[in-house]
Amino acid sequence: MSNIGSYEEKIKNFDWSISEKELGYKEGDVINIGWYCSDRVCGMGKGDKLALLWENAVGEEKRYTYNDIRVYSNTIGAFLRSLGLKNEDRVCLFMDRIPELYIGLVGILKIGAIAQPLFSAFGDESLFVRLDNAGTSAIITQRKHVSKVRKIIDRLPNLKYIIIVDHDGKRELKEREIPFSMEAERVEELEIFPTKAESPSLIHYTSGTTGLPKGVQHVHYSLISQYLTAKWVLDITEDDIYWCTADPGWVTGTSYGIIAPWTLGVTQCVLDSGFSAEIWYRFIQKYKVTVWYSAPTAIRSLMKAGEDVVRQFDLSCLRHLISVGEPLNPEAVIWSKKVFGLAFHDSYWQTETGSIMISNYPGLKIKPGSMGKPFPGIISTVVNAQTYEPVNEPGVLGLIAFRPGWPAMMRAYWKNEETYKGKFKNGWYLPGDRARLDDDGYFWFVGRDDDIINTAGHLVSPFEVESVLLEHPAVAESAVVSKPDEINMEVVKAFVTLKPGFSVTDELELDIMNFIRKKLSSLAMPQEVEYVDSLPKTRSGKIMRRLLHAKEWGEEIGDTSTLEND
Amino acid sequence: MDEVKDAILEYVIEEYADEDDKITFDTPLISSGLVDSFSMVSLKRFLEVRYKISIPDEDASPEAFDSVNKIADLVRRFTS
Repeated sequence: MSNIGSYEEKIKNFDWSISEKELGYKEGDVINIGWYCSDRVCGMGKGDKLALLWENAVGEEKRYTYNDIRVYSNTIGAFLRSLGLKNEDRVCLFMDRIPELYIGLVGILKIGAIAQPLFSAFGDESLFVRLDNAGTSAIITQRKHVSKVRKIIDRLPNLKYIIIVDHDGKRELKEREIPFSMEAERVEELEIFPTKAESPSLIHYTSGTTGLPKGVQHVHYSLISQYLTAKWVLDITEDDIYWCTADPGWVTGTSYGIIAPWTLGVTQCVLDSGFSAEIWYRFIQKYKVTVWYSAPTAIRSLMKAGEDVVRQFDLSCLRHLISVGEPLNPEAVIWSKKVFGLAFHDSYWQTETGSIMISNYPGLKIKPGSMGKPFPGIISTVVNAQTYEPVNEPGVLGLIAFRPGWPAMMRAYWKNEETYKGKFKNGWYLPGDRARLDDDGYFWFVGRDDDIINTAGHLVSPFEVESVLLEHPAVAESAVVSKPDEINMEVVKAFVTLKPGFSVTDELELDIMNFIRKKLSSLAMPQEVEYVDSLPKTRSGKIMRRLLHAKEWGEEIGDTSTLEND
Repeated sequence: MDEVKDAILEYVIEEYADEDDKITFDTPLISSGLVDSFSMVSLKRFLEVRYKISIPDEDASPEAFDSVNKIADLVRRFTS
């Protein structure tokens, strides 16, 4: 029997108090995610239970019990406090998937500071705009990433501390750089900051269509829906070994890679390594993973690796598979059923929603290719893109819409109230995705409602890439769109015009690609650069990305009446 | 062939490695996460530009790009 039991029964008379009661929370109480992830679990007599099984690319292993998580997060919290950091200060986590990243988040939350996890593959410019926008006070990082911070430190007057968790003493530290070793000291007791439901907990940055990245601000009360969705959708139980393959630089990696599993007291695994089918299957076999939360790009890459490699491993430990990040194509669902004997269950949510919103559930019929049905308590529909009224008719294309009010919903875009307000229309929160509903109430994803590129489940802003392209000495103008990709669903493509004196060469394309990769990230790097004499523009001079996008996807170009006539 | 290996190693160190990374001809690149699947596209492009070859996507697998030695073997296949 699954945790959710009957989906149909659960949607009747649902109330988030189910989660509150299980977590022992009442309105007005102190609620601190850091405490729930560690101290509470230890208090339930599970201090010796394994919380984290960690392995890296060279096979180094580490194991941490819940008591270790409690103590080391205390150590981190106490250290941050000793620097004068306090509640609501922003503390960035900028690390590979090392234990300090996971435990560091817990420590930051314990002192009431706001955790700001950032993907460690970000280049210096991506890092700068996010630290600058958040007014970040401290960044916890590894020595391998310090050079990126040093490039931008002079432009970040608010950044007081660069905390290096693996300083080896061989390199001279510069101003504001501080060495710190999580395991050098065990702080048994730490006064937990008494955060309340609406106290800010995390800021995750997500790409914007026409502006800088948006800082999505969450609160400690988000735990209420993260806990219950993990229990009912991921079906995590006491004896499971859980593996969430997402990086905590993104929201899945925190909501379901740290907060939910540790609040549930489950043993989770982390693999700090690159991707290969063999490495992943070996990891599942070695740690006897039972619940596996992954992403369509990874699943498609596993499909590409073939079935022979699957047969080299004993994967009979697996019992429940879930996917998130992009729409899961039906072939992937059918394939996983064939090779693992288990279908991947697609789930849908985004940085702003903080927790799973629409999903396929254990025991509920999967329609391959469908996003599934709303989580109990989530009021969701498809609305007309002009009127924002529910379409109330199966098969009609519209915008996905959620009635605001679930616990993990974002509370603000950091310093960007206007954009935040713009996400609500006619009483609905609009995540910016288009979909259809079928006769049975299943949602079917169609695509984004804006120019944002979803590559391997990560959102990339065309605006951000175009802005940095213009910093390249050869580029006069640029337009960035998605192009189809078999594995990543979409990848970034750039159209550029060159400045006088520059000519089209293969070397230039490579130089442009690497320029973006280093400044922003590999995700944002154009996989193709196309040189054009001019870019399509409206008569008012705005670049018409829509036309370039249509060309890439073989779609109808549509209305071109506003196209500038050269 | 050593010139090819040396050139690839130099490029990998210059473009993808961090200060502390010690990269040799056999260091895993893709499976270690040192070069991710997106960055692999730029590495492939480098090889094509430098050696004036075209590597079909089906040959540009993560396994074929997983070390400087393997990449050099791949280049040899398309230049011989």
